[in-house]
Amino acid sequence: MTRTINILEEIDWLSVGLYLALVFFGWMNIFASSYNERYRSIFDLHQNYGDQFLWIMISFLAVFLLFLIDHRFFYFFTYPIYAFAVVLLLAVLVFGVEVHNSRSWLNIFGFRLQPSEFVKIAVALAIAHYLSGFDVKLMTWKSLAILAGIIGFPVILISLQPDFGTAMVFTCFILVLYREGLPGWIMGFSIFIAVLFLMTLLLSKVAVIIVLLSLAVLFIGLVNQKLSYSLFSALVMGGVFGLLKILSLVVPFKTGNYLLLLIAAGITAIVLVVMAQRKKIANAFFILLLLIAFIGFTFSVNYVFTRALKPHQQTRVNILLGKETDTRGVGYNLNQSKIAIGAGGFAGKGYLRGTQTKLDYVPEQSTDFIFCTVGEEWGFLGTMAVILLFAGLLIRLLYLAERQRSVFARLYGYGVVSILFFHVAINIAMTIGLFPVIGIPLPFFSYGGSSMLAFTLLLFIFIRLDAVRKIYLK
Amino acid sequence: MDLFAERKKVIVIMVLVVAFFLIVRLFYIQVIDNSYKLSAENNSKRIETIYAARGLIYDRNKQLLVYNQPAYDLMIAPFELKSFDSTALCELLDIDIKRLRSGIARVKIPKYRREPFIKQLSSETYAKLQEKLYKFPGFYVRSRTLRRYSREMAAHLMGYVGEVDEKIIAMNPYYVMGDYIGISGIEGYYEPFLRGEKGQKVLLVDVHGKVKGPYQGGRFDEDARVGKNFVCTIDSRLQGYGELLMKNYKGSIVAIEPSTGEILTLVSSPAYDPSLLVGRQRSVNYRKLETDTLEPLFNRALMANYPPGSTFKPVNALIGLQENVININTTFSCNLGFYAKGVSVGCHEHSSPLKLLQGIQNSCNSYYCNTLRRILEDPKYPSTTDAYNNWRNYVISFGFGTKLNSDFTNEIRGFVPPSSYYDRYYGEHGWSSLTVISLAIGQGELLMTPLQMANMTACIANRGKYFIPHIVRQIEGIDTLDRRFTTPHTVNIDTANFSIVVEGMYLAVNGGPGRTAGIAQLSNIAVCGKTGTAQNPQGTAHSVFIAFAPKDNPEIAISVYVEHGEWGASYAAPIASLMIEKYLTDSISPGRKWLETRMLSGNLLYAK
Repeated sequence: MTRTINILEEIDWLSVGLYLALVFFGWMNIFASSYNERYRSIFDLHQNYGDQFLWIMISFLAVFLLFLIDHRFFYFFTYPIYAFAVVLLLAVLVFGVEVHNSRSWLNIFGFRLQPSEFVKIAVALAIAHYLSGFDVKLMTWKSLAILAGIIGFPVILISLQPDFGTAMVFTCFILVLYREGLPGWIMGFSIFIAVLFLMTLLLSKVAVIIVLLSLAVLFIGLVNQKLSYSLFSALVMGGVFGLLKILSLVVPFKTGNYLLLLIAAGITAIVLVVMAQRKKIANAFFILLLLIAFIGFTFSVNYVFTRALKPHQQTRVNILLGKETDTRGVGYNLNQSKIAIGAGGFAGKGYLRGTQTKLDYVPEQSTDFIFCTVGEEWGFLGTMAVILLFAGLLIRLLYLAERQRSVFARLYGYGVVSILFFHVAINIAMTIGLFPVIGIPLPFFSYGGSSMLAFTLLLFIFIRLDAVRKIYLK
Repeated sequence: MDLFAERKKVIVIMVLVVAFFLIVRLFYIQVIDNSYKLSAENNSKRIETIYAARGLIYDRNKQLLVYNQPAYDLMIAPFELKSFDSTALCELLDIDIKRLRSGIARVKIPKYRREPFIKQLSSETYAKLQEKLYKFPGFYVRSRTLRRYSREMAAHLMGYVGEVDEKIIAMNPYYVMGDYIGISGIEGYYEPFLRGEKGQKVLLVDVHGKVKGPYQGGRFDEDARVGKNFVCTIDSRLQGYGELLMKNYKGSIVAIEPSTGEILTLVSSPAYDPSLLVGRQRSVNYRKLETDTLEPLFNRALMANYPPGSTFKPVNALIGLQENVININTTFSCNLGFYAKGVSVGCHEHSSPLKLLQGIQNSCNSYYCNTLRRILEDPKYPSTTDAYNNWRNYVISFGFGTKLNSDFTNEIRGFVPPSSYYDRYYGEHGWSSLTVISLAIGQGELLMTPLQMANMTACIANRGKYFIPHIVRQIEGIDTLDRRFTTPHTVNIDTANFSIVVEGMYLAVNGGPGRTAGIAQLSNIAVCGKTGTAQNPQGTAHSVFIAFAPKDNPEIAISVYVEHGEWGASYAAPIASLMIEKYLTDSISPGRKWLETRMLSGNLLYAK
């Protein structure tokens, strides 16, 4: 059944090219972020950039070795690999080195490794392996439970280090499951709840309620395919709010906008219920119920946060969310990061000319905040180019995944896309204040041997599988 | 088989939507919103001021009077602070731990700024600290300069240097908080020359405030320019001698070189040690000096309103001569005073009647009352008021009743009453020459400063012209003096008339019996002078003396006031003559040592 093929011809050189471009650009930026007059050589091993060069070379060597290994190895050894990864995670809890209050590192022969970076590969492989099995149906309780176990077990171990940022990465596999048939509303709902949770903590209650109300109003119209309903309820709500606002100016009684908004929403809800009764719109009740549930959720998050948590616990959550970071006050890191990126302007300050990143204003500027260096020195053109490179790579990988004849390879491909997508989107979003600072690296860019090697392996296992796709029959 | 193949499109769209949002957000931050760029500028730049050393001040003989000493401010860089041995630091600085804690707390509030913690450490403290500074990260020393005085003298003249306040900053954008500025005297008036120009270093600093190098290769760095050196007109030997003589007296000496208007000496007594107003103790000492009942901060030479007393008589004689109401042979009789229509002005015992020269020599009150009466009742003028205004114009032209416009910031005008002043008291035409007859002998409403008196003396010495008295002789790099100091002011009185009055003043010192200022006579120098006994409402009359010497080609004109010294001849004349002798011969002749001793051993500081 197998045919002989020329592997070199079958490798997807476009992906490889995009990968090399990202790695090289990343390395240049690490050099820029740590560059100083004393160590001018980019190969200086005592500096970040020299070290990174070493790891890039190690990664290239690993890619070469990957292509020497039989491609079936990854399928057949999925579970041993997974088991090995779990053992590493257990080992790190026992023998790990503590850095920044979390035990995430193992010292092996003088190399520092972060096992959690490699666990992502193991989980992606395991999910692909399990779901590609015969007679495995995703939407059964058994499958879902096993998948929850595959994903959940490492997440628990990583949370114990604790490294919540990396633990959160594993939520990305919902994308793989979605591709394989997880109902769309589950993903939609999860994303919505996550966004709501973040908004509640990051924004004011009024803003969250306004967003929820607008969504509900829009939803009523869309579900019933009659936008006049949306218009009507929006008018009622706006009118009531306006009246109350004017009244509050004439008869000065003390209320915030947010109480007025709630009253307006309540009156609108009553009007809608009456209207729903008359016109027999069954889903109006359902939407109303959802709305109340979401507002309730908003309040409970707030309540739990402000009442149930002790101040130091609040601070911890705030730090996790990036609202509070170090002694220099709320949002220092984020603010400095935005300043550095903003300072770049349209065309950037020029290579090695950045001041903000070079002078340590941006914390972690060669690791998690490497994107700031791009922003400051290369400007909007540079940041856009990086995003387009990543988007290009992701879409190319999606295309590759879809052309796989083996379900395992396709699922693994989706796993790779999910992980990279999550990392890129969240990392960049956190540097520009769209997402809390959770401290995960930008793939191929951030300084760090473990992540460099792990992301390279993650990607090239897939490219390796893709290169032999023609072996399988359609 | 693959039921959900369509979902790949949803995922592709998700990737594109996220990429789109990130790009839009980046476009906003990087291209549209400028606030981040400004923050970045401020973030990484630190402007360090380089303070300019003030110009040095020399006396007319190039003796160094004021120079600079290094001073060290201990600074705190808040984000370089690490834990350190606070007890050791407190011991080194000789402060208690509370002070240290509050100092650190203070700099932590305004973020990222370096603040002085202790200003102007003594050099001993600095020497001790310097060796051990490495043990206290976050503390460093910034050096500036403070004034230092080679001699304890001329405090009023030099003025002092202090820190700028908000008012000054609001008026003059050159200054920022923490800068020094000259406040009075030479330091104040010549501040723009003396201060030099601050420089700056623009440095790149990292987040910890550590200097990483010059900003843009030092493109914006500017060196400080040292202040211009200043040569003043003071003769420091004479100034020192004057201050010594006046040590136990309240009052003032002003000596001027008549041919140039240069102030040779300006003593205001009691004085203070100028170094009291330097450094950390300045505000404490200033408060002490301010509350001292002897008012050492008060510059009497420029700011005291004294009646001139009889020293004003030469002016009246000159006006009378010029108006032709008297001449050298005019005689008036004196019977222990002047009596007319119920007005009487007493006089001392002397021969009578007297001609003009003897009138000056004997300082006869009656002679000048008669003269002033003739001036004011001169039929040339339609009314007394017109005659008075004419008289007043002569007086004003001697530099009285108005600021001389010298180079001091705190000169006052004195007072020569305008006719309207009497109109207000007595009604128009309600007063006559007899009403104002005290003006004849330099009393009444007349008020003059010692500087104005010295200027008048210089004017007489020059036979009718004067240069505005000034303290500047030369400013480094500036070739010519302000023109107002080189343009002569002339008095509208003939030189011949001056010669007559000068002769009278010569006789007052060197004449025969009846001379009033024989004590001021010098064996080989022709001194011309006039005594005064300035009646004042505070108590015993002030002893006043004006003099110039030598009679021909005078080199020094001097006015001396000794408060409550009574007769001009008892204190002011001896002091003036000692000053003249010192200036012209460099020493006091053995035959006059007794006079010097007498002056030095007297004490009228608390006299009333």
